[in-house]
Amino acid sequence: MKREAYISGIGMSEVGVRLTRAPLALTVDAIREAVADAGLTLAQIDGVSTYPGKMSMFLGFSPIGVDEVIETCGLKTRWHTGAAESTAQLGAIADAAAAVRSGLARHVICFRTVYEAAALARPDEYPPMNRRDGVTGNSQWVSPFGAFSAACWTAQFATRHMKRYGMTREQLAQVALNDHRNAALNPRAIVKEPLTLEKYMAARLISTPFCLYDCDRFTDASTVVIVSAGDAIDEVKATPIRIAASAGSVERYSWDQAEWASAYPTGRDLWRNTDYKPKDVDTVQFYDGFAFQPITWLEGLGFCAVGEGGQFLEGGTRIALDGELPMNTGGGQLGWGRLHGFGFAYESVVQLRGAGGARQIKGDPKVAVATSGGGPMAAALLLARD
Amino acid sequence: MTWQRSRVRLDDDNRAFWTGGREGKLYIHKCGDCGGFTHPPRAICRHCQSENIGPHAVAGAGVIDTYTINHQKWAPDMEVPFVIARVRLDDAPDVFLTTNIVNCQVEAVDIDDRVQVVFEEQEGLWYPLFEKARGQ
Repeated sequence: MKREAYISGIGMSEVGVRLTRAPLALTVDAIREAVADAGLTLAQIDGVSTYPGKMSMFLGFSPIGVDEVIETCGLKTRWHTGAAESTAQLGAIADAAAAVRSGLARHVICFRTVYEAAALARPDEYPPMNRRDGVTGNSQWVSPFGAFSAACWTAQFATRHMKRYGMTREQLAQVALNDHRNAALNPRAIVKEPLTLEKYMAARLISTPFCLYDCDRFTDASTVVIVSAGDAIDEVKATPIRIAASAGSVERYSWDQAEWASAYPTGRDLWRNTDYKPKDVDTVQFYDGFAFQPITWLEGLGFCAVGEGGQFLEGGTRIALDGELPMNTGGGQLGWGRLHGFGFAYESVVQLRGAGGARQIKGDPKVAVATSGGGPMAAALLLARD
Repeated sequence: MTWQRSRVRLDDDNRAFWTGGREGKLYIHKCGDCGGFTHPPRAICRHCQSENIGPHAVAGAGVIDTYTINHQKWAPDMEVPFVIARVRLDDAPDVFLTTNIVNCQVEAVDIDDRVQVVFEEQEGLWYPLFEKARGQ
């Protein structure tokens, strides 16, 4: 019998902007909630996985390392990883799935803690990343030209879609409109109100075609999923969600050289790793740090042809909660907050368990796709309830 | 644009790229064995893994592959809006350069515009920017 891996529990800390509680405390909140959700105890946890690991040069982006979690929670682990050079955020969950399938661990805490809003407010404790002096590595190919932000890098992919394929700002707007509409139904989301197209079109521009509403904003939060081995699943009390497949790839690692987002090769690979087909998918949770990225996932995963993502979004009806392919049902990063990838795995589990409350999609959803990454790196998970 | 650009730390791989403008040259790493270009520059050719690789002056002409008009002041001294573009070089077709399109209105820039390199010097670094080719 094939060894399986499941998401057995999910947890999340308070989600906010400029929180004052320590990021380690937020992380432990999310861990406690996820372990309790799975019906496990900390004594049963024997693995830890995160992306990207503690980044001392950029603490707000990733303030907590694997070692702090192991020590603080008193874990006895047999396997752990925390790697920036992996297949993007959800790669940390895919790696945990590989570990439990191969018997290296039974129950793995996978976490992503972000503290970017708090860090911005407390620069003495959390010095901002230096983008002006002694720039090295791949930053040197973009930062000297004022392209400090991934907004400017991603915007160029979006411009090409508008010029080559006729995508409109009204089509792009549907990502933010859908996110805000769904976030308003999600008690944990930062956004509380729907957004109108008029307000969207009147918003200030960041980097064309992106306006303010097309860009996620700094958030403080921790998100956790527990990945459990198939032969340990009888210890779990919650409805387990099977990690049916995963994929991850990198185009040219330097953003300036990537001609296409890695969503395209990653999307194609995901279907090579499973018997499921796009038509089997009940809901998609697509990374949307910037509003254009879900379009690359729609196209990369084959829900529409390359260049037709804008048309797919037209009017927003197909991606709405009652549409044919409900997308970012919890509000995505534009509505829920910049949970940085892990929110999409979390929300997939919520929907597949039928636990979405006011935002629960109709029917009996059994298959979801969660993705992370939007530029030259990307990861995707195919999740199923058996 | 008069704002202070990010200061790049020079090393053996990137020195020719960031200082070639002093002699009016845009240098891209080229392999002496297979003829392929490697950018970002490295000590090994990314096509054939040869060590016979080094800076090669290209013509500095190309086309705008795509672009964005940046409106956000990411630093207090930035003058906005300005164009950030990705240029595909004529004689190094698998290399893209992220750059600024200067000496024209931001609205005058479009995909497939032909552009030519111009250098902006700040404290010993020569930043390769591009302007629309004459005759457009």
